[in-house]
Amino acid sequence: MRQLPKIDGNGRKFVKVFTILEKHGRKSSRLVPILQAVQEEYRYLPEEVLTYVATALDVSPARVFGVATFYSHFAITPKGKHIIRFCDGTACHVKDSVPILEAVRKQLKLDGKKNTTDDMLFTVETVACLGACGLAPVMVVDEQVHGQMTPAAGVKLVEEIIAKEQS
Amino acid sequence: MSANVLNIMDPAAGNGGKTHRRVVVCAGTGCMANGSTEVIAAFEQQIKAAGIDVTTEFKPEPTHDLRLNKSGCQGFCQMGPLVTILPEEILYTKVKVADVAEIVTQTLMNHQVVDRLLYVDPGTKKHCKGTHDIPFYQRQQRYVLSECGTIDPEDIHEYMHHGGYVAAKKAILHLTPEQIVQEITKSGLRGRGGGGFPTGRKWEAARIQKSAKKYVICNADEGDPGAFMNRSVMEGNPHSVLEGLMIAARAIGADETLIYVRTEYPLAVARMRRAVEDARKMGFLGSNSFGSGHPLNCEVMEGAGAFVCGEETAMIASIEGQRGMPRPKPPFPAQSGLWGKPTIINNVETLAHVVRIINQGADTFRKLGSTASPGTKTFALTGHVANTGLVEVPFGTTLRDVVINIGGGITDRHGKVKPNGFKAVQIGGPSGGCLTAAHLDLPLDYDSLRSVGAMVGSGGLVAMNEKTCMVAIARFFMDFTQRESCGKCVLCREGTRQLLSMLDDIIAGRATGETLVLMEKLALAVQKGSLCGLGKTAPNPVLSTLRYFRHEYDEHVFHKHCPTGQCKALAKPSIDAAKCKGCGACARKCPVGAISGERKKPHAIDPSKCIVCGSCADTCKFDAVVGV
Repeated sequence: MRQLPKIDGNGRKFVKVFTILEKHGRKSSRLVPILQAVQEEYRYLPEEVLTYVATALDVSPARVFGVATFYSHFAITPKGKHIIRFCDGTACHVKDSVPILEAVRKQLKLDGKKNTTDDMLFTVETVACLGACGLAPVMVVDEQVHGQMTPAAGVKLVEEIIAKEQS
Repeated sequence: MSANVLNIMDPAAGNGGKTHRRVVVCAGTGCMANGSTEVIAAFEQQIKAAGIDVTTEFKPEPTHDLRLNKSGCQGFCQMGPLVTILPEEILYTKVKVADVAEIVTQTLMNHQVVDRLLYVDPGTKKHCKGTHDIPFYQRQQRYVLSECGTIDPEDIHEYMHHGGYVAAKKAILHLTPEQIVQEITKSGLRGRGGGGFPTGRKWEAARIQKSAKKYVICNADEGDPGAFMNRSVMEGNPHSVLEGLMIAARAIGADETLIYVRTEYPLAVARMRRAVEDARKMGFLGSNSFGSGHPLNCEVMEGAGAFVCGEETAMIASIEGQRGMPRPKPPFPAQSGLWGKPTIINNVETLAHVVRIINQGADTFRKLGSTASPGTKTFALTGHVANTGLVEVPFGTTLRDVVINIGGGITDRHGKVKPNGFKAVQIGGPSGGCLTAAHLDLPLDYDSLRSVGAMVGSGGLVAMNEKTCMVAIARFFMDFTQRESCGKCVLCREGTRQLLSMLDDIIAGRATGETLVLMEKLALAVQKGSLCGLGKTAPNPVLSTLRYFRHEYDEHVFHKHCPTGQCKALAKPSIDAAKCKGCGACARKCPVGAISGERKKPHAIDPSKCIVCGSCADTCKFDAVVGV
């Protein structure tokens, strides 16, 4: 078996990553939970961190990058301060979730390709199903679930956050 | 408040003057979104303020006058937060913090029912006192869900008080693997995750493998949009899943188990982790499981948002730290699975059923359901129905019973029940198909659904009213599978993309008769040329809508007209002069000034200006705007 390269946690930038890697025994089989923990810390997966993880696990950066881009939960670009997720599961969809998404995107000057506002305050995402179908259509603002939404109510929620940020 | 008054209500009083009186507040994802956490806090504060002797902990023998506890999802999410008062079985719906004081004084202290918080049957307008009065619950037969909604999911002792871990203990200490597999085979239990493969056969295949290391994985990666059965069971009764997993491990001789939960279900993840932790503390898991001398461990792993990981071999790849891509079978995971060792993967609901089979025997289990599909199945009933929520019924129950009788009928866009509004039901999510009014009396079971081109899938049932465009629904599912295709098989990766763009053409009015022919051909090719279930079933929504709603496709393609007016590019809004009162509300709302007309005379829409936004139709009180 090849000797694992020596990586210490002294590079100040990677101290947290180092702790995460140690916690998972630096096993490449733990790649998915490792990346989840890293993303929790950095809110996204910065390229240099991915390279660091690859070196520490003794796998190719392509393998790490491959996993990071395969799963929709992982983001390789920075996310905004507030994350707004729209459920577009079947139940929400048939109960008109799309007009709410469109209204909020329009409000924040975003579209299907651009998901984060220039001031890095908001990221708007869609998810397949949150399992809260009884409350359809559902909008999640920073992990807080809001059910039975309308376009007007969605826009109002975002306005409230903006007002709070400015005060 | 003295304890004596509270005692009167308890028929089984006699245990030291203390009662089993309880206030149960639902703390499932739906109710928590509606503020049940605050409601629980308010109850705790107000009950104490009223001087009632209260506990939040479970005690086998009541030591307090009242117990306040949270429960898992009760499956009636739309009406949440739900508060149940036991033993009277009063169910209060949509309880807000402001209502708590009234419940405490009226119900807890004076034994009066607060009428305004009761559920009102939309059909009969009757106030229903409890679940036994509500048609939504009356017609269900809850087994897997029986404890969800009463017990505290975070309390292992309460689960054990209700007979929990008896089956696991029996299996581990007193039954041989052969006996367990035999019992499960005899019960005829079939996998509840979608395929319907006989669980006993799967277990037997893994049991006979000679290997020092074997694994059992619980598939809790419930990815079907519109389905939340597994979430509810994990949130409501996580120990039942864990117990089933332990029995499965004993049956095949595995010492390591893993629960793979969707990351989109944070509460289910937390409750499963807590359950594993508590079971470890009790000695059920660990190096000496149940004192058997054998180790048994369990780990909870979060998925990372890939629908394809619900497929067995893709899930294994994901656990091994790879991209979640399926591989060809055979070898089946039962022969060579996780790390090349024999592995079985069972759905959450399947494992919950296992516990009951070991406890009550295969014969009792077979009493419900049909011969080929025994037992009960949970369905997530959503969409345009009056009562959305979680439904558990025996296999063989008709679609009509579920959608019309339990669901309370089809609703229009404003939520009002429409007697003849039924158009279709999408069953089985993106892998399933659409069923029409002609199928309303079809028994819901694996084989009859397959015979009409649909499948049970994991159990998502989305009802749709007559204003739903079936071409748009087919597009919705195709968009989903196209995005979720892992990209390994060319026909799935490129085929779903092409199918999606053909559906886009139809919706935008660019399609010709040839599009339909090509689409059908390609759909069949994708089915044949894909490795895993995702690709093989991806064309189902297209094929089933083509089969049952061909006329809608024809309308779109040949007459450039969407019968429901949902496809904006084809919509030609106009005002029905006979219905228009000339109030001018639509003209004021129109963002581009396309509507004009004299007051109190029928108005008209200028098609050259109209952007088909539909705001006129939303505004009109007389339904005079048609075609949008």
